[in-house]
Amino acid sequence: MSNTLLEIKDLYVNAEEKEILKGINLKINKGEIHVIMGPNGSGKTTTANSILNNPMYTKQKGKIIFEGKDITNLKTDEIAREGIFMSFQLPEEIPGVSVTNFLKYAKSKISKKPVKIFEFKEELKKYMEELKMNPKNMERSLNVGFSGGEKKKNEILQMLVLNPELAILDETDSGLDVDAIKTVSKGIQMFKTKKNAVLIITHNTKILNSLDVDYVHVLVDGKIVKTGSADLAKEIEEKGYEQYK
Amino acid sequence: MSKTKLEEINRNIYDIKNKDEYDFKIKKGLTPEIIEEISMQKKDPDWMRKFRLKALETYNKLELPTWGPDISELDMNQIATYVRPKTTLSNSWEDVPEDIKNTFDKLGIPEAEKRSLSGVGAQYDSEVVYHSMREDLAKKGVIYTDMETAVRDYPELVKKHFMKCVPVNDHKFVALHGAVWSGGSFVYVPKGVKVDIPLQSYFRLNSPESGQFEHTLIIVDEGASLHFIEGCSAPKYNKINLHAGCVELYVKDNAYLRYSTIENWSKNMLNLNTKKAIVGKNAKMDWVSGSFGSKISMLYPMSILNGEGAKTEYTGISFAGAGQNLDNGFKVVHNNKNTSSVVNAKSISKNGGKCTYRSQVRINENAKGAKSSVSCESLMLDDISISDTIPVNDIRTDDVEFSHEAKIGKISDKTIFYLMSRGMSEEDAKAMIVRGFAYPISKELPVEYAVEMNNLINLELEGAIG
Repeated sequence: MSNTLLEIKDLYVNAEEKEILKGINLKINKGEIHVIMGPNGSGKTTTANSILNNPMYTKQKGKIIFEGKDITNLKTDEIAREGIFMSFQLPEEIPGVSVTNFLKYAKSKISKKPVKIFEFKEELKKYMEELKMNPKNMERSLNVGFSGGEKKKNEILQMLVLNPELAILDETDSGLDVDAIKTVSKGIQMFKTKKNAVLIITHNTKILNSLDVDYVHVLVDGKIVKTGSADLAKEIEEKGYEQYK
Repeated sequence: MSKTKLEEINRNIYDIKNKDEYDFKIKKGLTPEIIEEISMQKKDPDWMRKFRLKALETYNKLELPTWGPDISELDMNQIATYVRPKTTLSNSWEDVPEDIKNTFDKLGIPEAEKRSLSGVGAQYDSEVVYHSMREDLAKKGVIYTDMETAVRDYPELVKKHFMKCVPVNDHKFVALHGAVWSGGSFVYVPKGVKVDIPLQSYFRLNSPESGQFEHTLIIVDEGASLHFIEGCSAPKYNKINLHAGCVELYVKDNAYLRYSTIENWSKNMLNLNTKKAIVGKNAKMDWVSGSFGSKISMLYPMSILNGEGAKTEYTGISFAGAGQNLDNGFKVVHNNKNTSSVVNAKSISKNGGKCTYRSQVRINENAKGAKSSVSCESLMLDDISISDTIPVNDIRTDDVEFSHEAKIGKISDKTIFYLMSRGMSEEDAKAMIVRGFAYPISKELPVEYAVEMNNLINLELEGAIG
């Protein structure tokens, strides 16, 4: 079996009639951590949303292959059940649905089998401790009244519980303080194995410090203009994107 | 608790010996003769017979309400056919609409119970359950019986309270109710007695006719407490499409009453139910209400806070689908010092359904230090559904704390995308959002009712999403 997890081939995507992605090519193998960096409006979030086929974006051309299967036009929930997860920049609030019930339900959908409640709660407790989350949040309505940091940690918690093959983290580190970034980073380390992969979309390199990054891609105006090693991230931090524009 | 059911032939309480004679003299409108006949069939004492006849006079004088939903489809000239002995209207299982049968199946209700709930058969509870419960309550002096028995066996209690909280001249349908009422529950909880398990009307022997003009009378005496649950999430099917029940609740000084209902009427029904509570000094009245089904519903429970420091809380939800117009709300009168009311009303509309929250808060001059907070929230599942809020606030003193908050919302595509990215189908996602929206109400219900209400929401959502 091939080691390739995700392959994006010549992807063109529009958002509200405007062309955002102009021919993206990307290949992610199992066991790898990829990073996409790029200036505002370059198409980072569009890339993430297109992988999950968000109906607000329309694909004009290209293909997305996941574990050998064409997922380009699958519905979002089908893609999620194939094993792709996305951590949202702005996670939605769901009043009246507790974190526990939400995750239990999501897990039963993703794992396609019933969740054993006791084991599940133990697992949840363990992860919440690791992520320095208030255990009381388990019974609170999902994201309602959560601080920005709590919401982001909750996304990482979901990633750990749902245990996807590919986790896309869309600016999970933005707006977080140094300690919270460390915690998120720790969550990613806990998640990462040789069999799965992570795609991190970010503006800054702090989150990358304690991670073993394999590739950094620079996205400018809907195209990946450069791919390099972790050092590329440092270079961009110092010099910015100007040279790629 | 296990419930055993057995079917029985339809014992129509309006059963008339000579049906040919009645078929012969079809009269428009209600006549004293019809009322006399009903009264005789029910073996009313003389005072009740007179009461019914007087109510009939009032009924004939009152006009139909002109505000609210259009109920002109109700042919008041044919009202006699709604209340007349109905021997010719022998219900049969075959007549029960398919969608109701399907709902029964999906709620997992056994065959015998289905027939009973749809008014086709009679429902009997396990003798053991019924009796043990009654014995336990009887020891404490609690009276729990059907309304007809109460009229006969507890005339003093009934006379003192019957249609005193909801007066016959309240509106035309109350007057109608006064003339033709039948069935319902009677509960009396003596001073200081705390009934620690919820009483459910389900456990009472129900006549097949109850659920049309039923009368509920509950008296919780000083310092006593009770939780009463009425209704059932399974749809009630009546061939007769008018429901004009009446609920009267007396919460005496320092007493507590929680009255929970889930009403789920068949979608041909005009639900014009009147519910009121009189609340005494430092007493508390809590309403929990789920309103499903029916074509048109006009349902406005009311608390009259007469005693100093009396409190009331209303938590309610309505769910309107295609062709439904649910005009629901809550009314409260603050009639003494330091009284307080909290209203939390929610509505869901889909497929062009209409939900209106119509409320009335009145704070009288003498209600110094009163507090009232009203919050109503509606959720529309599509662009063709309608939601409206019509609050009337009549505040006659300065020394009050009053707040009113209204929120109308729609399910956003972003939220659906978020949930779908967690492996849920669009339908699952919408159902989760709606269940979450309804959670503040379902959490107030006993768990088995909460589960049933969630099932009901899921059923209502089916077909709404395509």
